[in-house]
Amino acid sequence: MPEMPGSEAPAVKEILSAADIARIVDRVAHQILEKTSGARDAVLLGIPTRGTPLARRLAGRIRAFEGTDVPQGVLDITLYRDDLRTRSARPVGPTSVPPGGIDGKRVILVDDVLFSGRTVRAALDALSDLGRPSHVQLAVLVDRGHRELPIRADYVGKNIPTSLSESVRVLFSETDGTDAVLLTGSTAK
Amino acid sequence: MTTYLIKNVSVLGGEPRDLLVRDGQLHEPSGPAADVTIDATGLVALPGLVDLHTHLREPGREDAETVETGSRAAALGGYTAVCAMANTDPVADTAGVVEQVYRLGQAAGLVDVQPIGAVTVGLKGETLAELGAMAESAAKVTMFSDDGFCVNDPRLMRRALEYVKAFGGVIAQHAEEHRLTEGAQVHEGVQSAKLGLTGWPAVAEEAIIARDVLLTEHVGSRLHVCHVSTAGSVEVLRHAKARGVNVTAEVTPHHLLLTDVRACTYDPVNKVNPPLRTQSDVDALRAALAEGIIDAVATDHAPHAAEDKECEWSRARPGMLGLETALSITMQVLGNDWETIAERMSRTPARIAGLSEHGHDPLPGNPASFTLVDPAARWTVDPEALASLSRNTPYAGMELPGRVVATFLRGEATVLDGKATR
Amino acid sequence: MKHLLSAADLDLDAATLVLDTATEMAAMASREVKKLPTLRGRTVVNLFYEDSTRTRISFETAAKRLSADVINFSAKGSSVEKGESLKDTALTLQAMGIDGVVIRHPASGAPNTLSQWVDGSILNAGDGTHEHPTQALLDAYTMRSRLGQLKGLRVAIVGDVLHSRVARSNVLLLRTLGAEVTLVGPPTLVPVGVEDWPATVSYDLDSVLPGTDAVMMLRVQRERMGQAYFPSAREYSRRYGLDNRRVKLLPEHAIIMHPGPMIRGMEIAPEVADSPRSTIVEQVANGVSVRMACLYLLLGGK
Repeated sequence: MPEMPGSEAPAVKEILSAADIARIVDRVAHQILEKTSGARDAVLLGIPTRGTPLARRLAGRIRAFEGTDVPQGVLDITLYRDDLRTRSARPVGPTSVPPGGIDGKRVILVDDVLFSGRTVRAALDALSDLGRPSHVQLAVLVDRGHRELPIRADYVGKNIPTSLSESVRVLFSETDGTDAVLLTGSTAK
Repeated sequence: MTTYLIKNVSVLGGEPRDLLVRDGQLHEPSGPAADVTIDATGLVALPGLVDLHTHLREPGREDAETVETGSRAAALGGYTAVCAMANTDPVADTAGVVEQVYRLGQAAGLVDVQPIGAVTVGLKGETLAELGAMAESAAKVTMFSDDGFCVNDPRLMRRALEYVKAFGGVIAQHAEEHRLTEGAQVHEGVQSAKLGLTGWPAVAEEAIIARDVLLTEHVGSRLHVCHVSTAGSVEVLRHAKARGVNVTAEVTPHHLLLTDVRACTYDPVNKVNPPLRTQSDVDALRAALAEGIIDAVATDHAPHAAEDKECEWSRARPGMLGLETALSITMQVLGNDWETIAERMSRTPARIAGLSEHGHDPLPGNPASFTLVDPAARWTVDPEALASLSRNTPYAGMELPGRVVATFLRGEATVLDGKATR
Repeated sequence: MKHLLSAADLDLDAATLVLDTATEMAAMASREVKKLPTLRGRTVVNLFYEDSTRTRISFETAAKRLSADVINFSAKGSSVEKGESLKDTALTLQAMGIDGVVIRHPASGAPNTLSQWVDGSILNAGDGTHEHPTQALLDAYTMRSRLGQLKGLRVAIVGDVLHSRVARSNVLLLRTLGAEVTLVGPPTLVPVGVEDWPATVSYDLDSVLPGTDAVMMLRVQRERMGQAYFPSAREYSRRYGLDNRRVKLLPEHAIIMHPGPMIRGMEIAPEVADSPRSTIVEQVANGVSVRMACLYLLLGGK
């Protein structure tokens, strides 16, 4: 049966496959090594939910390429969000900073999708409460545009132009059982 | 005086018939046409209800109720007589105060207001008030009560019981062993434990009733027990009546319907003394009322100004409105058993209070003090729509059976078409 | 969740969420910057009708760490002392547009009553002899961090259960979290109606202690003596006080808790209160984390 516009589920399109994602992670890992002189003093902080596995993967690839162990941690930004009042209180996740801390380090924030920039803004605030890094960089798997704040990523896996009515979903096997990036069309009004 | 022809009325549920109201009496229809004809098809005529226990608040708290507003509420509830409790300010412990209340009642002219005199001066439980002077006053007081407080001192209670024998009086006891109810807020049991409110144990009531029936038997006097609220009290009364003790007892509509679970919202509209009890108490009270162990339904109508109820539970004053809902609640509890309703809400209370003009069935030859009820009507209680000055009804939003359509006091309509005539 | 009036407002998921959130809040407390921007622009009123410096400071610290504006309103020397009713105070707060009210009140149920006049969230910080839900939460948090999981944990609550809001809240919350509660005290201080509580009752402390993972000593107010609840402080202490001999009856791992302020020598021996098994100081620190969690969950969303 042909899909009627505006009815049933919105169209879902796979933009990146598991293989694409693996290639992108490899490339971003290489870029990080290049731009940070071999990941010297680097610390990877994943922003939950899907920044966490991405940071872990990047660290894994860097270790595979150079044998360097990059300290990694998790930065939960819930308590720093600027949109808390838009819905009921969200659960707070753990924040873990690697044993060496972040003072004087090159902190690379890792997230799956860069969109409005507000998550990154919150992450920068959270970071400044934790310590004083020498540099802060941003790595994302997908940049879908539509920034609302003067924020840009230092490492972008893939730029995906989208319309505001679309949504980008990143799936990782660690959190979702499979690797993929999906573009979901708008549910027509 | 206006004459009324009441057509097709069912007296106490009997076959429809016509009645003529003329010169304060009921007659077989005859003679010239009546001034007003009331089609009473489907309506039931009951003897005018008599409340043994009303707080009219005047003098002292005219912001909560006055004799006039309370009388209006009573007439709208189907009452033709109310006994006004003595805990006013000043206390009705002298002939002067009881006469004042009595005259205010007459001036309002909506129901007969029969003052109850205080047993002790200032309700303090220390010295007897001048009971004889009140009995001999224009108010002709026969019932005495410190209601709100218990006459705790057993010797004083004994003396009061003895003393009123001289003029056929009766002591109406608010049974509460105060040493067991210090700070008490709700019935002591599952709810008080859960809510962290100090408990009012059933035994505090039962112990006093037990003591008083024995005292009454000993001195050969007459006792009336106010607002019986527990299953245990019913058993004590059953025992006393079996022994032939001259004791009567009343129960309030709220103790027949509501339970202590009501306290769980901490809404003080549910705060009352004695407190709402458990379902098993409610069941026992209903059975005792049907059986006659409890003689009368009395409202304990207790108006309170908003600020005395819109506050913390423990700061709130106890009491609920009752006059305008009592008949409906009794109907809900007893069903349309008009004989029992007439007995418990009119004839017996009239006898207990010594109101010889009241409590007569609405039949030719009797005084025309009666009420017409629509048993098929159902209504939803709206506190704002009540005639009482206060709003503290626990029945807000409840749908109840039975609506008073008209009330007559000695041939004068006090309520017509469900509205007070003055 | 709009209000926290009773521990019964929390089901297992909600209670677990509070404890988990408190864990994250506690992590924050060890950082250099102990402040979060989370409740910036929100106003919390501490409405205290009873003197309780400890509880008020705990809530104030919690609110400030979340960047809320805090207004302390104590009954002493205020309009309340001049006879202002709770309703009028509530309407004043309502007009000021406050977001949350932390209320401590000597009347059981006052927070429930307040909640009908105020749009903001009401947080019960102890009402009469009714409840003290954040105390129960911090107790549960303390037990969880010392003893692992709460499910199946055997907790003895000892003392004046009748007048204890701490006991009421703990019984409700611990049952929700799957612990088994035994109430211990003289029969005069166990409420009539306790049979409905999800707890067992014992009058014999010695027989309960060997099967207890956490023993919570309640404060006993000396004025209860005058009301014939027990003959003397000495007799109470002998029968229900936690002294060195009784501590030895506890299993090795068991912890000793007290909501404070405690009467040393009456319900708890000084050396017991100061022993490493005692969590009394820790409970205070945990109080801030748990109250941050509660404030965040009540006020941090829509």
